[in-house]
Amino acid sequence: MKSNQKQLLNWLICVVVFAGVIGVLLIGCKPAPQGARTGARGLGTTAEAAVKSYVAPGDLDEFYLFYSGGHSGQVFVAGIPSMRHIATIPVFTPYPSTGYGFDKDSKEMLGGFTWGDVHHPSLSRTDGKYDGRWLFVSDNANNRVARIDLKDFKTKQIIGPLQNISGNHCSSFVTNNTEYVLVASRFSIPIPKGTYKPISEYAGGYNGVVGAIKVDATTGEMSLGWQVLTPPFNWDLGATGKNVSKDWAFWTCYNSERATGKLEVTSSQNEMDYVLALNWKEAERLVSEGKAKNIGGVSVLDPKEVKGFAYLLPVGKSPHGVDISPDGKWIVASGKLVNTTTVFNFDKMLAAIQNNDVKGEEDGLPVLNFDSVREAQVEVGLGPLHTQFDDKGFAYTSLFVDSAITKWKLGTWEVVDKIPVSYNIGHLLVPGGDSSEPYGKYLLALNKLSHGRHLSVGPSQPEASQLIDITGEKMVLLYDAFTEPEPHYAQACPADLLKPIEVYPKEENKHPMAIWDVKDAGITREGNNVTVKMIAVRSNFQPDAIEVYRGDKVTIYITNIEQTTDELHGFAINEYNINVVIDPGETKTVEFVANKAGVYPFYCTNFCSALHQEMQGYLLVKP
Amino acid sequence: MKKLLNSLDEFLESRLLGRARLIVLLAILLVVPSYFYPLWTMAFYSNQYPDGLKMALYINHLQGQKSEFRDDLREINSLNHYIGMRPILESDFAEFTWLPLVLGALILLSLRAIFMGKTGNLIDVFVMTGYFGLFGIWSFYYRLYTYGHNLDPQAPIKVDPFTPPLFGTHQVANFTVYSYPAIGSLFLILFGLILFIALIVQFLKWRKTRAESAN
Repeated sequence: MKSNQKQLLNWLICVVVFAGVIGVLLIGCKPAPQGARTGARGLGTTAEAAVKSYVAPGDLDEFYLFYSGGHSGQVFVAGIPSMRHIATIPVFTPYPSTGYGFDKDSKEMLGGFTWGDVHHPSLSRTDGKYDGRWLFVSDNANNRVARIDLKDFKTKQIIGPLQNISGNHCSSFVTNNTEYVLVASRFSIPIPKGTYKPISEYAGGYNGVVGAIKVDATTGEMSLGWQVLTPPFNWDLGATGKNVSKDWAFWTCYNSERATGKLEVTSSQNEMDYVLALNWKEAERLVSEGKAKNIGGVSVLDPKEVKGFAYLLPVGKSPHGVDISPDGKWIVASGKLVNTTTVFNFDKMLAAIQNNDVKGEEDGLPVLNFDSVREAQVEVGLGPLHTQFDDKGFAYTSLFVDSAITKWKLGTWEVVDKIPVSYNIGHLLVPGGDSSEPYGKYLLALNKLSHGRHLSVGPSQPEASQLIDITGEKMVLLYDAFTEPEPHYAQACPADLLKPIEVYPKEENKHPMAIWDVKDAGITREGNNVTVKMIAVRSNFQPDAIEVYRGDKVTIYITNIEQTTDELHGFAINEYNINVVIDPGETKTVEFVANKAGVYPFYCTNFCSALHQEMQGYLLVKP
Repeated sequence: MKKLLNSLDEFLESRLLGRARLIVLLAILLVVPSYFYPLWTMAFYSNQYPDGLKMALYINHLQGQKSEFRDDLREINSLNHYIGMRPILESDFAEFTWLPLVLGALILLSLRAIFMGKTGNLIDVFVMTGYFGLFGIWSFYYRLYTYGHNLDPQAPIKVDPFTPPLFGTHQVANFTVYSYPAIGSLFLILFGLILFIALIVQFLKWRKTRAESAN
């Protein structure tokens, strides 16, 4: 009996041990977390990264960074490598901080719209290199293009809503010598605008349009240029050629199916969509020869009638970005639903055009043979979107699905490195990475999702951009920065390329109503029109009382006569919804109807001096 | 041969020892928690989900991990739609209906063995447990196979048909999928194992007694 008990005990011990082993096994199977955060960097690496992105107080950044502001309608300016946000340049949305959209000129420029959707900024260039003159930005929502002057970081012109263009997404890519700014329709519509056709006529009755806005070489003034009719594909992104390909422009499309409805599915059926390669020099010539027809007031080339300037290159389905290598030889397009990025050879493309090596056409656009124009397919990873180039012959492709960036070599097409980013990267940026002379050194990941990487700010979350060091063979994450929604693409140029002014010199102020002496200040009346010439200077407005009758149309010309940096003055009228900011040496115009009787204070909104509080006056409206 | 059959009859008819019955009782007590703990867990890791999307199969329901700001099952299903996989729904799993019943039946059969007290009764439960265990695993495997092999051909992202792992890891697009039995399964395994031990104990004693009586 005793031995039996012992035997039982042994068995029980066995059971417990066995259960223990299985338990340990189960717990041991728990996988370790993966992702950008888990690369628990050692102190050495962290310190190194910190030094590389640290800009000491008083020191300046190496690069200017211009973020598109997405549906904020603005452009954000930051510095690399500190990633500090320095300024916001209002473009398509009123911005009380700088008084943009409240004075007469900027109000007129906005044309009644209160927002825009800035997608792709593009720095002006000379011979394919950034020249630091202007920054162009596109508006996907209201089909406009704006030009920012980098002399004073101000929006100087907005052109649009553009005729025939609908959803100006693949814009504002600038040609080799800033001859043109590319535009295109992402959402095909029947044209000219105002035409009605039922959605059932989409495939044949709607039109895609790509085009080019002409830029004046000296003033930067934009004018309509010309356009090209295309099938109702969804033009998605664009790029301009450089060096050998400098006369060409490229666009990608999705929905070559010409489908409608649930595009998530219906436009993802074809194995191939297209890159459109367009010889803009040739198009320009054809237009000047009168080969274009007038649609909606624009010269439009129809490939069904006019040949020899535009071709389609088949590319892996639903491509997003198209990017041209600095030497102009390689056309890189990424199919966002596959795991490869396709490299086309520009020379092969020319040869295929020469040899009429085509396999069909789409509404007059010849489709070149894929195998004849393709050079390589690089296995970069899942969801490739955009590619940038550095100064050492490497390309960097963003992977949305993988949440990573793959570095690969031009020419050998080998993948060299891959770095995870947080999270879901869209565009990426190397300073000069879309020009013929990339500056390299840094890579910026413009991520769509930031969840959990910042102090919580509730459900509305900022976007994340991550600075990556690309000086070594391996990419090294340096810094996480957060911006307001929503940067798409960006541009960056060396700090010393730009030489902005900080004061508008008195002698260059050509405003007819500018005054520089208090004795010229005053109020004049002509019928119901009251004109005020006003001076703003530390710490008063002259005149400081404006008496009008209810119903008068009041125009105030305010000149800030300061000639020193950072001495800005604001001018706001309480309860009249007016706030302008006048920079040193600038004259601004405020126009309103005094439709409310009573006494309304006006005051300086932009803190200026020790007696800033005293800088005030009254608008007195007699009933 | 006849002798062997005779001794088998004899063994099946032998009365269960008190301690064998105690062991069976222990097995029953140990299997009860498997009603409350997950049998199987799956976790989906990617760069975007460094903490993993998690899902657990219980004996009678499916449970996605829910944190304050995330419903993992919902997340898994909305991601799966890109590859055309149908949503994972609790109502798809017939197992959730029959598994609790079957386990209940096995417990009843075990109690029967304790009270009726024949070795044959114990063998019945043991064999049934083994059978349903294997059938359950096959059933879940088939369920996973069905999910991975009935992808919508119109899906935006085309992937080759695949079977999500039942045991181990598998790469699906940008996700590493981990699938392992969980604590609930441990109780089920212990149940079968302890029943087996009871059988061994019974067998050893029976053989010894028979040898003694032969002498």
